[in-house]
Amino acid sequence: MILTNIESVPGMRIKAQCGLVSGSTVRAKDAIKDIGAGLKNVFGGELKSYTELLSEARNEAVNRMVEQAKRLRANAVINVRFATSAITAGAAEVYAYGTAVEVEPIG
Amino acid sequence: MGDILGLIIILTATYFIGHAFEQTHFEEIKKREIMLIKRPLLNFGARNFNTKRKIEKVELVTGEVVISGDYFKFFIASFKTLFGGRLTTMESLLDRARREAILRMREKAPLASVIINTRVESVMLNDVYWKNTRPQCAVIAYGTAITYGS
Repeated sequence: MILTNIESVPGMRIKAQCGLVSGSTVRAKDAIKDIGAGLKNVFGGELKSYTELLSEARNEAVNRMVEQAKRLRANAVINVRFATSAITAGAAEVYAYGTAVEVEPIG
Repeated sequence: MGDILGLIIILTATYFIGHAFEQTHFEEIKKREIMLIKRPLLNFGARNFNTKRKIEKVELVTGEVVISGDYFKFFIASFKTLFGGRLTTMESLLDRARREAILRMREKAPLASVIINTRVESVMLNDVYWKNTRPQCAVIAYGTAITYGS
């Protein structure tokens, strides 16, 4: 599965369009990590556990999107966009969406 | 009297420690940016990316980071919102987070010839136990990494 966030796949030609696909996920860390992050907050700096949370969430959203694209028999998703929002304290939502297409190499 | 003294101690401690953390982080960011200076990063190319060179690999790369500021920063910022104007303490926090996210994205594609259509998405998260007082900044940077074939 090829993913791009531009409107084509360089070096490939779009054969058919399969429609919009999307995936979203809301994830939270456990309370112990929340407290640790709260303490880290006093002096500032990177909150590693939350960074990890964000990348896990992003991975999962992309995976769900790819699953959906596979069901539509697409082999690429173009114009992928990410949107994030803070739903409640300590939880992050990542939403990924794009257009599933069928591509073939030029020539 | 004791409360004020306690506040002053907390503020000075967080100022010096937070400032030291921030400075080391900024220096690290600068070093990494200098190392990547010759590798092109563009934020256009969605519609008009044309090349005659052979393309070997196309992939989506992302980089994410969550950074929080220290207590001193938010204390100053909450004061400053009374008078308005630039919140310099918050500006440095956001700057740091965005640059770090972009660097992580670029480091994930070490062999890419060019990264096009870079987008940066950010959101302020509130922390759980001190609601709304110390927001954290979460940033996702993403783009399409293109590797040219030889």
